[in-house]
Amino acid sequence: MGRRVLLIEDEPNIIEAISFILTRDGWTVHTHADGMTAIERIRAMPPDVVILDVMLPGRSGFDILRDLRADPQTAALPVMMLTARGQTKDRELAEKLGVSRFMTKPFSNAEVLENVRALAEP
Amino acid sequence: MARAGTGTRIRQHRLDRGMRQVDLAAALGISAAYLNLIEHGRRRIAGKLLADVARVLAVEPAVLTDGGGSALLDGLRALAAEDAQTEVEIDRAEELAARFPGWAALLLAEGRRNAALRREVRDLTDRLAHDPALAGSLHEVISAVTSIRATASILVSGDNVDRDWQERFQRNIHADSLRLAESSRALVAFLDAPGERSGEALSAIEQVDAYLAAADYRVAALEGAGSATPEDLAEGPAFTGTAARRRARAVLRRYRADALAMPAERFDVVARAEAYDPMRIAQVLGQPFAAVLARMATLPFTAGHVATGFAQADGAGAIGLAKPLGDLAVARGGAACALWPIFEALGQIGRPLRRRLVMPGEGGARLVAFAIAETQTPPSFDGPVPVEANMLYMPDPDPEGGAAVPIGPGCRICPRDGCAARREASILRGEAEL
Repeated sequence: MGRRVLLIEDEPNIIEAISFILTRDGWTVHTHADGMTAIERIRAMPPDVVILDVMLPGRSGFDILRDLRADPQTAALPVMMLTARGQTKDRELAEKLGVSRFMTKPFSNAEVLENVRALAEP
Repeated sequence: MARAGTGTRIRQHRLDRGMRQVDLAAALGISAAYLNLIEHGRRRIAGKLLADVARVLAVEPAVLTDGGGSALLDGLRALAAEDAQTEVEIDRAEELAARFPGWAALLLAEGRRNAALRREVRDLTDRLAHDPALAGSLHEVISAVTSIRATASILVSGDNVDRDWQERFQRNIHADSLRLAESSRALVAFLDAPGERSGEALSAIEQVDAYLAAADYRVAALEGAGSATPEDLAEGPAFTGTAARRRARAVLRRYRADALAMPAERFDVVARAEAYDPMRIAQVLGQPFAAVLARMATLPFTAGHVATGFAQADGAGAIGLAKPLGDLAVARGGAACALWPIFEALGQIGRPLRRRLVMPGEGGARLVAFAIAETQTPPSFDGPVPVEANMLYMPDPDPEGGAAVPIGPGCRICPRDGCAARREASILRGEAEL
């Protein structure tokens, strides 16, 4: 089995597009659309990289990132955040919480691939 | 300088009435020479003599006294207080107001317009930053664009994408383009909406204030049999925007209720007969004290009634309705003197207060104020119980009658030293004689 990405995102068509380009690049892509249960999903099967949307139903991506960093089991997990809000304060908050990469929507597919590959490098 | 201001005003009002110095002196029972010294700022004037001068000249005492809060002077000082960067000759504000009243008024008007525009910018910024409808529309637009961009990139990448996936992605792009069209329309509708407000320089509170002031605080259409309803009036041209109409409806409904409970013909007679004592008026009419205070604010000064000022505050102390007494008003926006009895009333719900007050400065206005705070809903353990306070104030008919609470025009422009209620420094500190 190849390297695994967990895509936490609630927009079906974005999920489909990102899944397609990552799968074609050799990744195994798992998806999850609910903020409330995202942490359990990560703990149950830690991926190599997490792609995390900020605006999710139930819980925000910031809450999820904070909890991931507070848990020794997931503290070092590479997390790339996607947000529709590119404001400086969102970026600053994400960095303060320990995000690995931060991308603003709409992004290019090449950027997504490049970032995910970089995060998975040892 | 303070004395000179009062003397100058007395002289000005006397000349405006075409009255000779000797005639005014005779009416006051003092010598013309003594009046001359007062008018030239070489003798102080306060208390009964000042009240007599005001009576003879048919003006409010506060109009004659600088401490009584010349609107122009207080306004200039407040304007200076707002700008910490510019060095302003605060100690010459009175000279500016006296020598160039037109220019000073223009400065104030510009300051007011500037403040109104700042408020509008702030409201619009808040709306852009926090409006959930806008945030929702923008999120929809960006999500659809993101999806279209990612999907279209795959289709045009030149790589082999099998037929099933191609069809699937085309359907996705079509669905997202429909979503984008819909959310773009919502966004345009949202951004168009502020256009309706263009030119509206006044807040909802200010529009209602302006309406009541234009009616001299007695809304004839809501008195007696009443030819209009509060709802009709709120839809009139005096109010622009939903918020202003909503506030106008609320304020005018209460006005109408008070007018029905205390019809003007009887109320005005009783008020005069009871020497404008709101407690006695409330007892004679069998009406709540708070409502009597509000109703007294509608007594027409031009019909020979006592001049009144009025303020209404919510539980947070924010001033809603405010009727100035001459130049003297309870400042809004947290700038008011904390010693106004309306704030004391908020701490003692249900207890009526009567306080003598004195404004700062030589011959500062002496007032008597009545206030009461009441809960606005029946008692309940569940949910909020809003509180509201009413305060009526008027010239003290007996200025020598007892100790007065030393109030002021608000800390930033208040000259008092050693005030226990001071919360910020005054820009007038160190100014001689004030």
